[in-house]
Amino acid sequence: MFTEEKKNSQIFQDSNHLSPTSELEVSELIKEAYKKKFPIDIHGSNSKKFIGYNVQAAKSLDFLSLSGVIEYLPEELYIKVKPGTLIKDIENILEKNNQELSFEPTDFGYLKDGKSNKGTAGGCVSCNFAGSRRFKVGSVRDFILGFRGINGKGDIIKSGGTVVKNVTGYDLSKLVSGSFGTLVALTEVTFKISAKKPSQNTIIIYEKDPKTISVLFNMVLSSSNEISGAVFVPDEPKSKKFTPNKSKAFKLNDLDQEGAFFAFRIEGDQNSIKERIKDISNEMDLKNYKTSNLDIYQSDLFWKSINSLQLFSETKNNLLRAVVPPSKCEKMMSFLKNKYRYFIDWSGALFWIEVPGDQNIKEVKNTIIQNDGYVTIIKKSEDFEFTEKLFTIDDTKLMISKKIKESFDPRGLFNPGKMYKDF
Amino acid sequence: MSEIALPKVDRTIVSKKDLIVNNLKQFTDKKNVLSELDEIRPYETDALAAYKNLPLAVVLPENTQEVSEILKFCHRENIKVIPRGAGTGLSGGALPLNDAILLGLGKFNKILDIDFHNKCVVTQPGVTNLSITHAVKHKGYYYAPDPSSQLACSIGGNVAENSGGVHSLKYGTTTNNILGVEMVMMDGTICRIGGKTLDQEGYDLLGLICGSEGLLGVITEVTVKILKNPQTVKAALIGFPTIEDGGNCVTDIISNGITPAGMEIMDKALIDATEKFVHAGYPMDAEVLMIVELDGTKSEVEELFKQIKQIAEKNKSNSFKLSKNEKERLGFWSGRKAAFPACGAMAPDYYCMDGTIPRGKLSEILKEISRLSKKYNLGVANGFHAGDGNLHPLILFDGSNKEELRRTEEFGAEILKACVRMGGALSGEHGIGIEKRELMCEAFNDNDIQQQINIKMSLDEKNLLNPGKVYPILRKCAEEGRVHVHRGEEKFPDLPRF
Repeated sequence: MFTEEKKNSQIFQDSNHLSPTSELEVSELIKEAYKKKFPIDIHGSNSKKFIGYNVQAAKSLDFLSLSGVIEYLPEELYIKVKPGTLIKDIENILEKNNQELSFEPTDFGYLKDGKSNKGTAGGCVSCNFAGSRRFKVGSVRDFILGFRGINGKGDIIKSGGTVVKNVTGYDLSKLVSGSFGTLVALTEVTFKISAKKPSQNTIIIYEKDPKTISVLFNMVLSSSNEISGAVFVPDEPKSKKFTPNKSKAFKLNDLDQEGAFFAFRIEGDQNSIKERIKDISNEMDLKNYKTSNLDIYQSDLFWKSINSLQLFSETKNNLLRAVVPPSKCEKMMSFLKNKYRYFIDWSGALFWIEVPGDQNIKEVKNTIIQNDGYVTIIKKSEDFEFTEKLFTIDDTKLMISKKIKESFDPRGLFNPGKMYKDF
Repeated sequence: MSEIALPKVDRTIVSKKDLIVNNLKQFTDKKNVLSELDEIRPYETDALAAYKNLPLAVVLPENTQEVSEILKFCHRENIKVIPRGAGTGLSGGALPLNDAILLGLGKFNKILDIDFHNKCVVTQPGVTNLSITHAVKHKGYYYAPDPSSQLACSIGGNVAENSGGVHSLKYGTTTNNILGVEMVMMDGTICRIGGKTLDQEGYDLLGLICGSEGLLGVITEVTVKILKNPQTVKAALIGFPTIEDGGNCVTDIISNGITPAGMEIMDKALIDATEKFVHAGYPMDAEVLMIVELDGTKSEVEELFKQIKQIAEKNKSNSFKLSKNEKERLGFWSGRKAAFPACGAMAPDYYCMDGTIPRGKLSEILKEISRLSKKYNLGVANGFHAGDGNLHPLILFDGSNKEELRRTEEFGAEILKACVRMGGALSGEHGIGIEKRELMCEAFNDNDIQQQINIKMSLDEKNLLNPGKVYPILRKCAEEGRVHVHRGEEKFPDLPRF
């Protein structure tokens, strides 16, 4: 045994919480785990730890010490980082070159403890939760050009690279995105990055009729004006079960916090924004609505609030994330009206729904599934009954997923039970 | 070059041909099972026509249930299956095997649902790429990925190869433009992945299937996203005196935060060849010609072209021509789209390569190709999807000269190795197939390849679905492959290739 291996083996024996600093160290530790059949809880900064089932593992492996930018080439539109690198640090670096992660990583920090925390690069990829531009630019998985990582046997593997067009073997970057650390322990991730648009405006339409909102969402999706965000925030239900948050979450000079509103975002240079707003005003017949316009600064704050779920800040209730076909938006709204606090993102395709602990979560889940959608229970109330599955999946896909899991992690060591009880 | 290692033929299966054919006739109409030589001959190759091999039989099922029954039977009887779409693939992904059933999806040719509300089209896999756009264009929509063969290539094949095209710089490739598939696994299991929602639950199986080259399942239905046509589309032709200047301009445009809908580069050899062929009006004093296309609002397109003109001038451009109307824009593209036939007119044979490099390495790879051209004493014309670093060098040679053929093969392999060395990839959009199979070890080590094979074996434990493709059989870096076109006798000579 090499000295380094010996050392790692000793560390593995002595400690339950491991914080490796190099890819090789991760590989050696996992080889040890494979040999000794120890399950491992793989995580980053724990900003999204509450999502999914609790992992029962002998060892905990955090990636915070494996952090830093490996390579950033602004002209090549990619940044290669170690998994423990904080998303906020990546965004700050990109900002200096007027670049960004245009998939807008969802910030779960407010939900957890009332303050921003976007977590790490590895966590962002593993959870695959994209923000408001999703319907226009794609999800996190569409921005991962390649990765390196360790499989369940301790082997270092890689897939993809740094170029956008790449058809060389299976696209494992996609598979790893949203796998909640159950397939690979990431050691390196390459993000495709984008130029930041010079300006943005957001138009607010004060409207709440489900049919009208559904029509407005459809107009957004049908427009050639490249709208990069469209949300609907209804009135908060008048129930003590919900702590009022809306006024605080959207406290902006040009936004009337009373009542429901629909909002959409236009990005580009100022002339282009003006031209688009004029065109959209005709398309949507905006003169028939009460509207207001958020300038670049307010618009920026508005979408930060949306993408950090500030409406549900520190809620003790259950929070569900439902993805549905946009055509089902109206039906969903009619069902949720006045009963649940929610808002709609992705121009009618994503619902965030707050369900109090004593209310029937099954009824909400069934409605989503009946509307051809799927649902993930993101945050669980204290009295959550674990008979409800956190991730929906049909039996065939579960069977395929299980086989794929085994191909990466034959002994089922990585985050066992995190997504599904079976593996 | 037409010799390639293929999986060992199972003589027991071959000896049971009549029995197998009769069995297949139980699962679909008798006329859908072809076994006579003259019937199966058209299926002996795809668009990588240098490689030919006859299948045991061809079966052309008409619905998902039939596909499932056929696969279940083949799984039970250990019969290999080669799925095939329109057969326009350039990497030999649909090359038959003597002991395998060729499963053609040609009868899956209907669009099932045009859903304008959910901005998607549900279609059978045999429908051609372009006919999806044709089905929605009356309402101002289109399907974004536009491989050059879009007139004939099927959407199922696009999913298998993760096809791109000229506009993937802004709009992505197939993987970014599909919402769901129905797929049949090798054991006959029917599986629906995704649907009309933007994301799907659980592991991203859609991302895994897209670009898996028919190794994991047979696609029987695809749901694609459709987009609204942009308000304004304009293109510019920009000439440069040197390769470096053109390459630097590509990088500078992207660095300035501009994302063109398409950005192409042609070298002098290709400019000359295409100009002779279609008279597109290209500037003949340019060493490098760039076609840049922008879309968006009128003012945005105008403003960005002003910026691009300044960036081009800074990079010593010697001509700049902006399209005045749609006819002129299409005229700019006509030369680029005629690149393959134009090269066919220049030499008895050409090989088309497909690799990618980081954008910043454009001039470096062009210089390397030029050096290799001298080393091997062979002509080459270069066309690039420059915006996303995808290059298609066309090596000109005479296939009747064995020694020249050998040099061409070495030349091609050296280009792809250089791509990998410069941080790029072996294939941008044609796939690996059999063409670049043995070169995979240039880009991946044993662990990487083994993990991929483990996935394959987890879903197809008997390795019956499209065996011998993508992963090296020899596990050594043999130098073979590329699209071989002899005296213009391309498998699909009428398709524009670019």
